[in-house]
Parts: sequence; structure tokens; C-alpha cells
Amino acid sequence: MSRLRDWPIKRKITAMLLVISGLVLLLTSAAFVTYEVVTNRETIRIQLATRSRILAANSTAALAFANEADATELLGALKYDPHIIAAALYGQDGRVLASYPVGAAADLIPAPQPDGYRFEGGRLVGFTPVAQGENRRLGTLFIASDTKAVSDALRLSGVIAIGVLAIALLAAYALAAGMQGWISGPILALAETATVVSTRQDYAVRAPKLGEDELGTLTDAFNQMLGRIEDQDRELRRHATDLEQRVEARTHELSERNETLRRNAAELLAANQELDAFAYSVSHDLRAPLRSIDGFSQILLEDYGAQLDEAGQDSLRRVRTASQRMATLIDDLLKLARVTRVEMRTERVDLSAMAQDIVADLQRTDSARQVECTIAPGLEARADPPLVRVVLDNLLRNSWKYTAKQPRPRVEFGSTEANGGRAFMVRDNGAGFDMKYMDKLFGVFQRLHSASEFEGTGVGLATVRRIITRHGGRIWAEGAVDQGATFYFTL
Amino acid sequence: MNPGKILLVEDNPDDVALTLRALKSHNITNDVIVAQDGVQALDYLFGSGDKPASEDLPAVVLLDLKLPKVSGLEVLERIRNDDRTHLLPVVILTSSDEEQDLIRGYKLGANSYVRKPVDFVEFTQAAKQLGLYWLLMNRAPPAPRRP
Repeated sequence: MSRLRDWPIKRKITAMLLVISGLVLLLTSAAFVTYEVVTNRETIRIQLATRSRILAANSTAALAFANEADATELLGALKYDPHIIAAALYGQDGRVLASYPVGAAADLIPAPQPDGYRFEGGRLVGFTPVAQGENRRLGTLFIASDTKAVSDALRLSGVIAIGVLAIALLAAYALAAGMQGWISGPILALAETATVVSTRQDYAVRAPKLGEDELGTLTDAFNQMLGRIEDQDRELRRHATDLEQRVEARTHELSERNETLRRNAAELLAANQELDAFAYSVSHDLRAPLRSIDGFSQILLEDYGAQLDEAGQDSLRRVRTASQRMATLIDDLLKLARVTRVEMRTERVDLSAMAQDIVADLQRTDSARQVECTIAPGLEARADPPLVRVVLDNLLRNSWKYTAKQPRPRVEFGSTEANGGRAFMVRDNGAGFDMKYMDKLFGVFQRLHSASEFEGTGVGLATVRRIITRHGGRIWAEGAVDQGATFYFTL
Repeated sequence: MNPGKILLVEDNPDDVALTLRALKSHNITNDVIVAQDGVQALDYLFGSGDKPASEDLPAVVLLDLKLPKVSGLEVLERIRNDDRTHLLPVVILTSSDEEQDLIRGYKLGANSYVRKPVDFVEFTQAAKQLGLYWLLMNRAPPAPRRP
């Protein structure tokens, strides 16, 4: 059955039309043939009845006188009707007076039966009363006729019906083949359009409309749908193109930014290399003249000191002090530069141990002083060890230095809560500072004390801040004049 | 006892004067040969063209790093790459204590690295100790056989 379902629609429609018209024609033909047969039977029955009654009327005399010869002659006239098979005249007692054909076999002539005309065993038989007047019955006439007329009519009408059926089916086939296009045409066109759309992804094609019927409506709906898909497709393509352009633009922008970054990095690298070269040169070349100044001043003092008065000797000593101070400045500046240039490697650092080490060093090198040092145990941080050592060294050394005039100097390293996080702190009870000058505290060459009060170059805290900044931390300070200072930092 | 010679490689005449004075003040004046740049130093050690290499190797080379023509590190490299001198004690005596110089100096086989102090008193101390150590205390490597 699936074979039938897979038929092309053209064949389906044609087949459908043929089946329907064939069925109709068959029924019609059957009706026609039936009608023919029935009509013919009736006709031959009436003909037989009429002939029988005429013959019966003519036979009264022969029967009344039992004249066999007359009766035989009467029946003999039946030979002119080729359809008559047999005939007989029975007397009142039912005895056969005469028969046709003469001397017919007994099986052709039955015993008398009730009056009437009926089909029996493929022939039409009739028994007609022979009477004189209205009620004096003389005998019975029997006539048997073949039904060849009926079978002829059946054959003829059958042939006609078959002929008509064949011609009508041919015509129906021709018409169906022609007219199925009305239905299959638009459907096939739709199918073809759908195929084109799906295979070529071309939403601009439209199915041709072949009428205003339901298929026309379907085609319209299909075309409308295609239109909407086309619109959406166009929109989608527009968006895609837009997106592509934006991606391209962004890529371009990014590559430009990359280029800029690369250039900046290269410039930075160049600047760093320049700084390196500069620092290297400073390290070598700036110290040499200082060494000459200091050295030859000292030689003057040693060799010609006797020839100089106290003022002259003092001048030379000042020259030496200044050149040595300059050397310290250069060294501190180089350290500051190095802090910026050096590559950072962070790891877990035991700050407490580091502070302990620094304080021990201070106590060793400046053993004349008694400073109370408190270092909280177990303080750790992730940091670059050499750099964070510079931080602790600077802060602790500062505390050590600025407590020099304090009768009971104290230096403390610990940690505290600050801004919801942990901050390390270095606290002392030394000279402290005025909070007004807080912003100058971490500037290069900025000092809050004169060199005669406390020695220093003003580079240390700048270096500290730079290291803290490189670690992503923060540094700040609290203090008051002669009340000590506390430096806080995070890492 | 022959304390041997010192080869002082130094381009700055002030530094030469100061070094010589510092050494002299401790009576270490005998035979300080001064080379004013790397080429002179190499010429002294290995000879050049018409001039042959010096007869005796110095007991120690005091080598400045920043030198005209051939730098101190290059001189050191040549010294270490030559069979005649590769055991020769070399002390880098320079202004800088840049990390890169320290690393490269020691990598190339310097025996010591001393930064010249600006303070002349300290400088004199340093020169004295260097002289005493390398000329008197240190045992020089055996002299290589000359062809």
C-alpha cells in the first residue's frame, strides 16, 4: 500500500478519477443491461401470451370435435416462428390431442399445468385455456418458446455497455490526465519552490499562483511565509555583516592597541635600558671625581697641614665631608633607581626574623646605644625578600636614628588592624614629625630634620614607598613632634 | 723575599696617584706597573708586535672596569683564556658595585672585588690591606713554563 502512497500526485489524481468514473460507468452499465434483459423477457412473455390466446381462440372447434387433423394443422402454423420449440393441445381430460412438432418427444411436452406464462428450465412456457364462450372449458394450449431473444438482448447490451465503458474510461483518462494539472500543478509548483528554497537557500524565489482556489490561498500563504523568511534572513545577514564589521573593527582597534602597547613596552624597555646605562654610568663616573676631591684634600691636610691655619684645615675638612655626603647621596639614589629596575620574585618572607636580624646588626654596629627593641613573632608576608629587607632596614634604621636623643629609646615592629586588613607597623618614641608635613615624608630629598640634627639624604622613605607600591601595598605614617612616629604598610 | 710586582690597570690619573700614594704610605712601592687602558695591560702581559711579553708575571693585577679601548672585563677574560696567565690573581678595583659588574666579574674568574671608597682614609686602608694581602700573605700560583 505504501507503494500506492508513494505514487506521484499526478498519477494518484488520474487513478482516482478513473476509479470513480469506472465505478459509475460500471453501475450504469449494469443497470442498462438489467433493464434490457427485464424488458426483453417481458416482451417475449407478452408476445407468447398474445400468440397463445389467438391460437387458443382458433382451436375451439378442433378441440370441441376432437379433430386431431385440424388441431395438428393449427399447431403446424407455428413453424413460422423460429423461436417456438414445442406446442400441444390437451383435451379436457388432459390428453394430448395434437403436438408440435408432430410426434414430439414426451420430454418436450409436459403434463398440463396451471394456466399462466413462466420461464422454466431456460425456456418460456405458457398454458392457455381453450374455452367456448365465457365458461365452457374445452382444453388447454401449451406453447414453449426459447429465450434466445433475451440472451441476444443480453449479449448486445453487454457489448454496448463494454464498448461505452471502454470509450468513457478512455475519455475519462484523457480528461483526468488533462485536468489533474489543475490540482497537481500548483502543488507541484509549491513542491518545486520548496525544493529550490531548501537546496539553494534562496528565499527570493516565489511559487507561481495558478488560481484563486484553496491551492491559490496555500500558495499565497507559502509565498508570504517565504517573504517573511526572506526578510528575517536579510535581517539576519545584515546583523551578521554588522557583527562581522564590528568584530573586524574591534580586532583592528585591538591590534592598534596592541601595537601601541608594544610600542609603549618597547619605549619603556628603552627607557629602562637608558636608566640602567645612566645608573651604571653614575655609579662609575660620578664617584671618581669625589674620590679625587676627598683624596687630594686629605693629602693636602696630611702633607701641608702644618702650613695651614685652623681655618684652612677646617675648609679642607668641610670639602671632605661634603664630598663624602655627596657619595652617600649618589649611593642612595642608585639604590632608589635599583629598587625600580630590579625584577621582583615574591615568596613567603618571615618578616619577624628579618627585623630581628636588622636590629641585631644595628645593636652590633652601634653598641654604645641601649635601645629597647620589641619584635612581634611570626609575622609573615608574600614579598620579594631583598626588597622587603630594604623596607624594614630603612624603617628600623630610621627609628633607631630618630630615638637617639631619647633617654629611654624604644623601637617596635608589629602588626595591626587597618582598613579591614592587616598592616605591619614600625613604631618608635623618637623625634616624630609634624603631621602637616606628612606629604613631604615620602618625597625624594625631602627632609623634616636638618642634617646637623639627624643625618640623612631624604631618599630612604622614597625608596621604601617605591618598594611598597611595587608590591601593590600602601604606606602611611602617624606621628607628632617629640612624640614618636609610627609607619604602617601593607604588602 | 721578593714581594713581586703589582700591575695597576687604571685610566684615571688621579686614581693612579691616590692608589700609588696609598700603597707608598705603607711602603708597598716596589714595582707598581701602571697600565692606562686595557690595551696597555694586555701588551704588558702578552707583548705586542715588536715588544715581547714581560719577563715576570705580576703578583697581582688591580683592575679597573671602566677603561678606554678594551674594558676591564675583556682584559680579565683574555687573562683567564690564556694558558700563561689563567691562574694570575686579579682583583677588580673599581668605583661601582653594580650587581651586573659583580656577577660578570666573578663569572669571569676574578679573585676579589673591591669597591674604591670615596673617603681617602678608607681608600688608603683598602689599598694597604690589598697590598699586604696579595703581596705578602697570598701564595702566588707556580709560574707557568715559558716556551
